[in-house]
Amino acid sequence: MTRRAAPPALLAAAGIVAAGAVLPVAYLAWVVLGDLPQWWETVWSARALELLLRSVGLAVAVTAATVAISLPISWLTVRTDLPGRGVWSVLCALPLVIPSYIGAYLLVSALGPRGELQGVLEGPLGIDRLPSLYGFWGAWLALTLFCFPYVLLPLQAVLRRMDPSLEEAARGMGCSGWAAYRGVVLPQLLPAVGAGALLVSLYVLSDFGAVSIMRFDSFTRVIYTQYRSSFDRVGAASLATLLVLVTLVILWLEARSRRSGALHRSAPGTARPPRPIALGRWRWPALAFCAGVVGLALALPVGMLALWTTRSISGTVEWGAVFTAAGHSLLAAGLAAGVAVLCALPVALLAARYRGRWPRLIEGGAYLGHALPGIVVALALVFFATRAVVGLYQTLAMLVVALVILFLPQAIGAVRTAVLQVDPRLEEAARSLGRSPTRAFVSVTAPLLRGGVAAGAALVFLTAVKELPATLILAPIGFDTLAIDVWRTTSVGFYERGAVPSLLLLAVSAVPMAILVLRERSDA
Amino acid sequence: MPRILLLLLAVPLLAFAVAACGDDGPSEDALVVYSGRNEDLVGPLIERFEQETGIETEVKYADSPELAATIIEEGDASPADAFFSQDAGALGALQSESLLGKLPAATLDKVPEAFRSAKGDWVGTSARARVIAYDKRELQPDDLPASVLDLTDEEWKGRIAWAPTNASFQSFVTAMRAELGEEQTKAWLEGMLANDVQPYENNIAIRDAIAKGEIDAGLLNHYYVAEAIAEEGKDYPVGIYEPGDGDIGALVNVAGVGILASANQQEKAQRFVDFLLTDASQEYFADELKEYPVVPGVEADPSLQPLDEIEQPDIDLNQLDDLQGTVELLQQTGVL
Repeated sequence: MTRRAAPPALLAAAGIVAAGAVLPVAYLAWVVLGDLPQWWETVWSARALELLLRSVGLAVAVTAATVAISLPISWLTVRTDLPGRGVWSVLCALPLVIPSYIGAYLLVSALGPRGELQGVLEGPLGIDRLPSLYGFWGAWLALTLFCFPYVLLPLQAVLRRMDPSLEEAARGMGCSGWAAYRGVVLPQLLPAVGAGALLVSLYVLSDFGAVSIMRFDSFTRVIYTQYRSSFDRVGAASLATLLVLVTLVILWLEARSRRSGALHRSAPGTARPPRPIALGRWRWPALAFCAGVVGLALALPVGMLALWTTRSISGTVEWGAVFTAAGHSLLAAGLAAGVAVLCALPVALLAARYRGRWPRLIEGGAYLGHALPGIVVALALVFFATRAVVGLYQTLAMLVVALVILFLPQAIGAVRTAVLQVDPRLEEAARSLGRSPTRAFVSVTAPLLRGGVAAGAALVFLTAVKELPATLILAPIGFDTLAIDVWRTTSVGFYERGAVPSLLLLAVSAVPMAILVLRERSDA
Repeated sequence: MPRILLLLLAVPLLAFAVAACGDDGPSEDALVVYSGRNEDLVGPLIERFEQETGIETEVKYADSPELAATIIEEGDASPADAFFSQDAGALGALQSESLLGKLPAATLDKVPEAFRSAKGDWVGTSARARVIAYDKRELQPDDLPASVLDLTDEEWKGRIAWAPTNASFQSFVTAMRAELGEEQTKAWLEGMLANDVQPYENNIAIRDAIAKGEIDAGLLNHYYVAEAIAEEGKDYPVGIYEPGDGDIGALVNVAGVGILASANQQEKAQRFVDFLLTDASQEYFADELKEYPVVPGVEADPSLQPLDEIEQPDIDLNQLDDLQGTVELLQQTGVL
């Protein structure tokens, strides 16, 4: 780590990025807090309190369920002789590519009161209606199934690198397998569980698609409904600020727990891989568990989609419209990915190489998107563009800015890791050999950053292409993307027109996902 | 200052600039229509308009109240030239904000007085009745109540669908406020919520849910069902029930159009309005969508109950302009 003060131009570049990321939301807060009594009236009401309880309740329930699913699967796929454990690992990561609105819709179509399952059961059993899936439990099921990889992936990574000797020592001293797991392995997993749980709870709070399909009135859904129907949009904005407060509290709690959790960290693992534990007769229940989770989270939705696609292809598909929408999706997500990594570069360089109040502040600002639900950023930009910078209103640029603000943290994370892996002495050596700072960076450091930049761009692309609420609100007139098309068909005629764009969306986002998973595996 | 750092400074600025240039918004002289009517229903008609007149038309589709709110938020900067609304209430809301321009008498006079703005700011393009759609496999017309007010009975718990963000629904609530007063409307809304009414995204979603057997009955406009019956045949499992005796549940409303006072394309917008009132367009509404035409001389579909036989409540469409008050009530009760 260089101890020099950061160069002013780097500070300025990163500062502009951070300011850009913070500005619209700051503007939103300013508009809302301008009328403090009205804000208080909206926020301090039975309705808002109920929303708060519902949203936080859902976040807690989903987080608990994802942890409960991920702990056994991570252990089974990394530490045991589960048949085909490599395949299960990959299959269990894939639900991440299914956007929550598509997944939730397919779950309802399959398991809802009059879904495909009911159709199958009606003949032999005469069941003409299954219990309703709508509401809290439907939202819980959908979000759990499509979010658990957020917990599973870090758990697997930690387990792979964990030093097996500690566990072996515990076993050697007479602990049972379970006691060793609970006493030695679990504490080492806790930081990863915490990180995963943070991602899941933030995701649940910001999710719009699944809760809307399941008709569960959480913050995002009510904000969207109020935004759409109110003549006074300050009410929606007030609720949005309350939601941001909740996410900030969660981030703060996580940061606090991480500080105390640091005590449990062990030394880096040895190169020696742990011996797989023989499952014996537990093999079949273990397989059934993995198959059940993959079946619900992956096989069911993808199978339904494939079935409908074959049906609708034999009918009439408006390919022209589908390709236009796909083009728009690629354009918006591609621009977002490009702009995000470009913006991430100065911030990542600054954060990785320099310390001090300003670098820390700037990095924090650029990371704000992490805590902001898409609907809030979209609202903030609408306010900003209709009241402050009218030229931006209903342009593609505004959509791209929103996506960049939302997903900049992912790009910074990837680029920052890459910067940390480059020894600054390499660049210094090049300088001492007579290269100018620019040429030293371009010829020595930049090539080494390529992998991290590509990973960052892929991550942003993956999340941006399936993003729904901000796209829905900000896309310019006539700029329908795949996500918007699919969303529209979830209320009408999905069967005829939604299946093909959904499958296309999955295909488009599965490619960057595959790149990321393969990279992770080759690193491990 | 080292060049590399200048470069870094330039990068984000350049990036935003590139993003800004990549903009492909509507071209300068296109007609911009905000349509609260569904693309599936009016998309073909707008295509026909483009073909016949050669006027490039950009359409933003969304719910009518949302578009009305958007236009009010956008004010004079709104890119919209014409507002094609699903109901009279959203048009009335814009009229009371003075955002619509006056239509010429020649346009207004094509339509009976009951179906247009008294001030001349908007004109109805087709009429429709509120109905209760029901699952014919589960219910007979005799099972359904004489008034929508009775849907709060225990008997209907969890069996009724509505679409609270929908313009026609909101107009119906506005009418209820005008007819029965604020307190009784509020009590009805709360009663419906307590009776576990199921919210859907829009009218088509309600109809399809009834057809699938997911829910027993729902509040919507007649033509969604009439059109499906015409398409699917007599065996279509959804029926139309018209509450009688001037019940508020049998409100007759119009879809309509107005031209924004701030429109850049006044003349093209005027041609659009006139196009919607031609016999050919009126026949499209009548034959394809199964709505009631509003221009005298064009006949409604014979399968429909004639408009003058519907025992409609005594409501003037000009009374429906307090959309804002309705939305506030819906929010206050937690319907929205």
